[in-house]
Amino acid sequence: SLSLLAESDDNNFILQGTQVKDVIIKPDAPNTLLLDKHADYIAAYGSKKDDYEYTLSEYLRMSGIYWGLTVMDLMGQLSRMNREEIIEFIKSCQHDCGGISASIGHDPHLLYTLSAVQILSLYDSINVIDVEKVVDYVKGLQQEDGSFAGDKWGEIDTRFSFCAVATLALLGKLDEINMDKAVEFVLSCMNFDGGFGCRPDSESHAGQIYCCTGFLSITGQLHKVNADLLGWWLCERQLPSGGLNGRPEKLPDVCYSWWVLASLKIIGRIHWIDKAKLRSFILACQDEETGGFADRPGDMVDPFHTLFGVAGLSLLGDEQIKPVNPVFCMPEDVLQRVGLQPDLLS
Amino acid sequence: LQMCFGVSSLSESREQNQYQFYNLMCLFFYFRDRKEWADLEPVPQDDGPNPVVKIAYSEKFTDVFDMFRALLKNDEKSERAFALTAEAIELNAANYTVWHYRRVLLQALDKDLREEMKYITAIIEDQPKNYQVWHHRRMVVEWLNDPSEELQFVAEILSQDAKNYHAWQHRQWVMQEYKLWDGELEYVEELLEEDVRNNSAWNQRHFVISHTSGYSAILEREVQYTLKQIKKAPHNESAWNYLNGILQDGGLSSYPGLLEQVTELQDTCSSPYLTAFLVDLYEDALETNSSSYDQQETLNKALELCKLLAEEKDTIRREYWNYVSRSLQNTYGSGDPVSSSSDPPPPSSSQQPDTEPSDP
Repeated sequence: SLSLLAESDDNNFILQGTQVKDVIIKPDAPNTLLLDKHADYIAAYGSKKDDYEYTLSEYLRMSGIYWGLTVMDLMGQLSRMNREEIIEFIKSCQHDCGGISASIGHDPHLLYTLSAVQILSLYDSINVIDVEKVVDYVKGLQQEDGSFAGDKWGEIDTRFSFCAVATLALLGKLDEINMDKAVEFVLSCMNFDGGFGCRPDSESHAGQIYCCTGFLSITGQLHKVNADLLGWWLCERQLPSGGLNGRPEKLPDVCYSWWVLASLKIIGRIHWIDKAKLRSFILACQDEETGGFADRPGDMVDPFHTLFGVAGLSLLGDEQIKPVNPVFCMPEDVLQRVGLQPDLLS
Repeated sequence: LQMCFGVSSLSESREQNQYQFYNLMCLFFYFRDRKEWADLEPVPQDDGPNPVVKIAYSEKFTDVFDMFRALLKNDEKSERAFALTAEAIELNAANYTVWHYRRVLLQALDKDLREEMKYITAIIEDQPKNYQVWHHRRMVVEWLNDPSEELQFVAEILSQDAKNYHAWQHRQWVMQEYKLWDGELEYVEELLEEDVRNNSAWNQRHFVISHTSGYSAILEREVQYTLKQIKKAPHNESAWNYLNGILQDGGLSSYPGLLEQVTELQDTCSSPYLTAFLVDLYEDALETNSSSYDQQETLNKALELCKLLAEEKDTIRREYWNYVSRSLQNTYGSGDPVSSSSDPPPPSSSQQPDTEPSDP
């Protein structure tokens, strides 16, 4: 199909006479999985003295640690990370209200509360934090309409509905919130195309769809999804390059290999993606020199895209990587230990 | 030398002018060296009880954030703290703790919220893809209870990137909260004139109509509008999704004239989406057991199109098309076992759909 493509302008290619927004994968792009390089990249991340990017990302440090640990565990390399230091760090990030912040000196937020609980689940050390207070914090963020705010400042987003139930599920405390209202709110975000947005009427977006299908899985409400319609919308994300975008007419990005693929897995339609083409796109996003994955071939790598590239490959069945749970984006064996097996549609 | 943030409007207070002056100098005068800050002990970055790694920061970043941490530690609520949040935001506008602190200060110091609107306007124009800046703007609009600038502002941001997800959320919130529906359909049409594939604009179209007239009375207008856009750009997922979405309730196969209009487009405006739409339409005819369609012929047509899509027009989604094919066969077929490599369906007896009631 490369021969059918002619470049018209930046990232707009003509395929069989019609304009398509996509990337071209160069013939010399990486096509084998470089797991050792990725493990080295993550293990060394943050230890370089002049790493400005690491500094800048302090405001999301808890999530950054979750991305790094999860991908290392998926690669069987968790032991290379500093467990004790991380656990101490998390303890220092729990506030009086029970919520957990991205880093020391930052304010608590649902996003980082979830990341912290995920990390502690990986390390089987949930009880180093005050679990009851975490539950109080999460409960306190639920609004009258069932939605969840991210923190005391009140931003509402279905991402936070997912964070709330995922956190509570990992703590075994799902029964502490108003489940019916929470479900009602998420379902009110279902759109005419079968997708979900961040609030009612918001445009369907693969990231939000992952959060909503994950939410509905955890709460046992997947039967409310129109799986054929949503599955069709999701498999429409695949572009000629094999990569996936997040909504119509956008460029592919390796993190959508997770958001889209996990959603399809949850609703039982992962086979609607051309797996071989997606795999070759994901592999092309690796950096052979530095290790790690970038959003698309040739760009700069980062831990976020590295996790989602590896997790996507796991969902596609790569046997060199541990099986990953599509709802929690954590190794399946961790969830088995915790005793969580959220529903998936067949 | 960094490009300093000196765009904010000038305030009368001398204290603020001092910081403004420093900003405009475009040379950074470190806070740690300023006599007005001498009383504060900068608090270095703390990565945990046993920091294993030493991280080097750029000098300015270290300076600003060390001072920020000192202010937080003392819970200081002052003009200098307020000025510092602007410095911190300039260095890292995604740092949500800085935004929190700024809001606390806005209230504690009873700051001029109109000035804050100008400030957040400039910040968003510079960094429009950031959750914190939009949420901050929303809070200021709520505190002022004044949405009068919002639609124009969002339109300006969308003129730079017509699909900015945050911008659209903000726009929807303003419209719903303050009931500002007038003129929005026209605005959406303008955007679709500029880029008929703008999925956000199609979504907004659905949003406006759902919340104002509803679809019942104007359905035909919308169908014709959408078909017109499809003629302009046939390979347009959004338009086809919209068409499908607005006709879901009524059913595709029973909508008068729709099949004819879509089939007519096949010669000049064919696309996998058109073919997929026909499959959906035929499926609807089968599901509703419509008397306007010969059931067997409709099934055959649908299967033929699925095969065309799987093998030629949309091969990347062949698994989906084979699934649809199997489902149709299993549900509406004559009961013979099905495999995906089945014989080709019998040729259609006519090119036109049979709209006459079938003979008994």
